[in-house]
Amino acid sequence: MAIRSLKSGTFSRSGLVGNSVIMPGSYESIASSTLSSTTASVTFSSIPSTYSHLQIRISSRSSFAFASMFDSYLAFNGDNTYSGYKDHILYGNGASPTTVTASSYNLSYTTPGPTQTASVYNGVVIDILDYANTNKYKVAKFLGGADLNGSGNIVVGSILWPNTAAINQITLSCDGSFITGSSFALYGVN
Amino acid sequence: MPRTYEPLATTTLTSVTQNLTFSSIPATYTDLVLVLSLRASTTASDAYFRYNNDSATNYSDTVLRGNGTTVSSVRDSNALGMDIGVTAVSTDISPFQTPTIINIMNYANTTTFKTALIRTSNSTAMVSAIAGLWRSTVAINTINIIHRGTGWDIGSTATLYGILKA
Repeated sequence: MAIRSLKSGTFSRSGLVGNSVIMPGSYESIASSTLSSTTASVTFSSIPSTYSHLQIRISSRSSFAFASMFDSYLAFNGDNTYSGYKDHILYGNGASPTTVTASSYNLSYTTPGPTQTASVYNGVVIDILDYANTNKYKVAKFLGGADLNGSGNIVVGSILWPNTAAINQITLSCDGSFITGSSFALYGVN
Repeated sequence: MPRTYEPLATTTLTSVTQNLTFSSIPATYTDLVLVLSLRASTTASDAYFRYNNDSATNYSDTVLRGNGTTVSSVRDSNALGMDIGVTAVSTDISPFQTPTIINIMNYANTTTFKTALIRTSNSTAMVSAIAGLWRSTVAINTINIIHRGTGWDIGSTATLYGILKA
């Protein structure tokens, strides 16, 4: 099988030979945080309104002990009133697909804790579309979860923030705290 | 602002290939994204992906899927690879291929197991979302996308991207 270098156009048997860095310019890293100690929440503030969309990429684990994976949370512009949001979740746990809804901002059932398999951190990818548009309410969609070799969840969800304000701050939290090694990265997409 | 989402390598198959491999992946990014457009060369759609040529039962996955009639969730434990969903097969309308996006989180860290998020959209059969796990703390430097039958058909494509955080 030949692999083509995206820089030189040459072919080789190795996937990366000849491929030095390429900068497409449509996806930019804005800020990130990798925790060196247990932390209750992570906030990205002063988010510029110069992008079309935002993406958040999370690899995390919480200190909250529960029988199964539990929730993380996504709040905009410091609005943690909880009742202002609306979410819908569809998830699979290896046996029974389930859908839930709530007036909340939950990344439901995505986050492992000390009761779950050690050394497993979740993955969550959140897309926030038209985040700076002041003519519409804001919607985030996400794909997240973790497999634990015998348990675990995969979750598809959407969170509505019924507010037309441009999003300039995002706070991520969970039940308990995020533990050391959890990482959070914010990107702007044009 | 640092720009990142860098295409690392791509391939378009010119012959039927059972094991589509990206190797020598540098450890300099935060996440990897693998974009696949696949069609099997036979009626067998069964496929999985592995890392670092590890063929032991160190993988597992949790699947959520819907086929237009039924929604279901299944699981593989202590498996030989991670499920990528149902891909297009030789009897599907042509030249239809199945798009799959695999997010491989924190792939180069050496302290945790490796989590992947997979989305496959097979318009002729089912859509699926999958969480995959490799129980290894070794940095990922090779990805194998393996068809468990004859192989991936000519014209199937795969592109690997690296994402770097600030």
